[in-house]
Amino acid sequence: MPEPILKIEGLDAHYRDFQALYGVSAQVDQGEVVAIIGANGAGKTTLMRSVAGLLKNRPEAIRWKGQAIGRLRADQVAALGIALVPEGRLLFPSLSVEENLIIGGQIGRKGPWSLDTVYRLFPILKERRNQQSTSLSGGQQQMVAIGRALMSNPELILMDEISLGLAPVIIRQIYEALPGIVGEGMAAVIVEQDIAKALSVTSRVYCLQEGRVALQGLSATLSREEISRAYFGM
Amino acid sequence: MDWVNAILQGTLLGGLYALFAAGLSLIFGVMRLVNIAHGDLIVLAAYLGLTASTALGLHPLVALVLVVPAMFAIGYVLQRGILNRTMGDDILPPLLVTFGLSIIIQNGLLTVYTADPQKLQAGNLETASLSAGGLTVGVLPLIVFITAVAIIGALQWMFYHTALGRAFRATSDRQDIAQLMGLNRAHVFGLAMGLSLAVTAVAGIFLGIRTSFDPAVGGSRLIFGFEAVIIGGLGNLWGTLAGGIVLGVSQALGGQIHPSLQILSGHIVFLVILAVRPRGLFPKMEG
Amino acid sequence: MQVTRTSPLSQGAMMIGLLLLIGLVAAPWWAGRADLRLLGEIFLYASLATLWNLLAGYAGLVSVGQQAYVGLGGYAFFALTMLFGVPIYLALPIAAVAGAIISAPVAALIFRLRGAYFAIGTWVIAEVFRLVAAQIPALGGGSGASLPADIVKTLADGRDAREAVAYWLALGIAVAVLAAAFVVLRSRQGIALMAIRDNELAARSLGIDIWRTKFVTYVMVGGLTTLVGALIFLQKLRISPEAAFSANDWTAFVIFIVVIGGIGTLEGPILGTLIFFALRETMADLGTVYLIALGAVAIAVMLFAPAGLWGLIRAKTGAELFPLSFRVVGLAARQATSSKD
Repeated sequence: MPEPILKIEGLDAHYRDFQALYGVSAQVDQGEVVAIIGANGAGKTTLMRSVAGLLKNRPEAIRWKGQAIGRLRADQVAALGIALVPEGRLLFPSLSVEENLIIGGQIGRKGPWSLDTVYRLFPILKERRNQQSTSLSGGQQQMVAIGRALMSNPELILMDEISLGLAPVIIRQIYEALPGIVGEGMAAVIVEQDIAKALSVTSRVYCLQEGRVALQGLSATLSREEISRAYFGM
Repeated sequence: MDWVNAILQGTLLGGLYALFAAGLSLIFGVMRLVNIAHGDLIVLAAYLGLTASTALGLHPLVALVLVVPAMFAIGYVLQRGILNRTMGDDILPPLLVTFGLSIIIQNGLLTVYTADPQKLQAGNLETASLSAGGLTVGVLPLIVFITAVAIIGALQWMFYHTALGRAFRATSDRQDIAQLMGLNRAHVFGLAMGLSLAVTAVAGIFLGIRTSFDPAVGGSRLIFGFEAVIIGGLGNLWGTLAGGIVLGVSQALGGQIHPSLQILSGHIVFLVILAVRPRGLFPKMEG
Repeated sequence: MQVTRTSPLSQGAMMIGLLLLIGLVAAPWWAGRADLRLLGEIFLYASLATLWNLLAGYAGLVSVGQQAYVGLGGYAFFALTMLFGVPIYLALPIAAVAGAIISAPVAALIFRLRGAYFAIGTWVIAEVFRLVAAQIPALGGGSGASLPADIVKTLADGRDAREAVAYWLALGIAVAVLAAAFVVLRSRQGIALMAIRDNELAARSLGIDIWRTKFVTYVMVGGLTTLVGALIFLQKLRISPEAAFSANDWTAFVIFIVVIGGIGTLEGPILGTLIFFALRETMADLGTVYLIALGAVAIAVMLFAPAGLWGLIRAKTGAELFPLSFRVVGLAARQATSSKD
């Protein structure tokens, strides 16, 4: 069995004054799509921000291809090939759509993703390329956020609540684009509120509860009861 | 005719004030930092010009070739070494640290150069003038004004059409997300301060050619620059140029009434604008 | 279980403070003329530092232009006594009231500036005051004026008595300013200030009128700083625009005192004043080097110990000489009993 590209071991993460994660361990293999589920406040976003380098942790708690990266800055983590699509999209309001994408590619990693390929994935963005990013609809903004992360040609993309606040038809559209994204051999971690959706697009799932991993397993074989027990702690 | 002349001279003086202000405006735009030591750094640049021109026999304008990169380096090191540690939600640390810097620079200059007024010698340039239609314009003030317009135009272009400007805007919008894009905030802030002080270097050299200076004059340069920024409207570089001109013209007209009213009338116009248009004459459009 | 603000330490400090105060009141009988002058200067600086701390450390109004009010106080005092023949003891309170009245429209204007721009705005105001003062020919214009001897003599009979009275006035204002700061911080106003300082958004949602709270603080500090300014120039007997509106003397030193001592505490400015004078008396001969060192120390404190020396002491010992924070008495005992459940 090959080494996982991302290996999290005994991660205790703190958010401001309070501890959000307790000894979390998880891993992602190359090209694998993993789901993280859990109730609000379970620590999903803290986990994503920790991996991306926005929170400082013990160096060995997070390993990328064997290298301890828990304490690296976000720009250093990004340069290694990990990209985050943050919760709430968080586009740059002073930048146009195209500038948001270009700045995503700033790191200069080589790979299949470029302005052209992102525009092919989300054609609507090409039409809106010169608009301010804040003038787009929520779904279009989410496409920019995903495109911005892809532009760095990551080996692992972290997607935090990409369907939050979007209409079902838009969510379907975005998830339909997913195979085209991970088909290139890229691994993905998807944080999702909609459990059924999360299970349907991933191979494995971790369920967080109050900062701890309450359940993990293959997406296809976990039962509803197991999941709801882990989810709600009942 | 005296009044028309005063307006003309004031407009040209406004170019110098816009140069004082441009660096201030830049760092506020990128990192919301207000540098209390800005005026003293302008004076420091003038003294560096003095040393370069006396020690190496350079014309002050040629000395820019040395002083601009030197000030850029000072800005970058200052930001990464000290000021980055003060950045955060609390405005007190950057304010008090730059205030301490201001005292250190002032007294450092006093120690090295004494309190004697100095001037940069620019030869014929200081007295050369052009005349047309009964008005006389000094070549030097004209050069200062044109330089100010060129620098502000260049900064504006850099901000909206280059990768550096994109990085500045992105970091200003959302520091942590910009970091995710591979932009190290500490480095971006260092570049912004370096650029700010590079502009300051030009302002300092022109200041030193136009008037005599001593280590204590930094405070009022900071205030003039600050007034230009507020009059023009925060975050608007062309507005800052307009603000500098408004301030320069106000001072020139006040000086025309009585020489002792020159500076005071500039302050009063600033306060009146603050009272009636608190966001400045040309506030930045939102969205 | 009960909630209290006092602690044995603060009660002890109160007792020692009282004894100290009695000793200081008697200083004209035991101290030499030079020491008396130095003590008077210490009191005036402690007052300025406490007032600036009230603005910057509690109200979040970082002013670098308080020299506006020091100078205003000096000039108002000289104008009232010299030009209008107002007796000295009446001129002092009138100057304070004038300072408060003038600071109100100033506040209305510069409160439009946020944060650091507010700071530079206060500096502009000080410059305006200075330039206006230099335009008053009756007070010597740009070169300034001296208080005529016949006015000085109305303070008290004989030089020793005058020195003593000037000293007592300085001591009196220091005690008054400290008491005022203490009372304000324990009042509703003070609680509102600290709430704003901790979290402006939360304070607003609790219904605190932030603008009004800051405004009241600014005007009060403006009036008292004007009074201190009047006393400073009563001691100096000579005034000029440069000396009266000196940014170094009345703002830079004061800021260093508060930052080094500990901003946002009542004890900090007092501790800072003592340190400042100890340094000045031993190092002032060094001139500019002394000032550079002062600036460097202030920067170092701001970077590495932002709560200042008093903050370090308090973090180590929990000491609080002026009882401002609430503490719960008997909590430990209660926890001990409840843990048995």
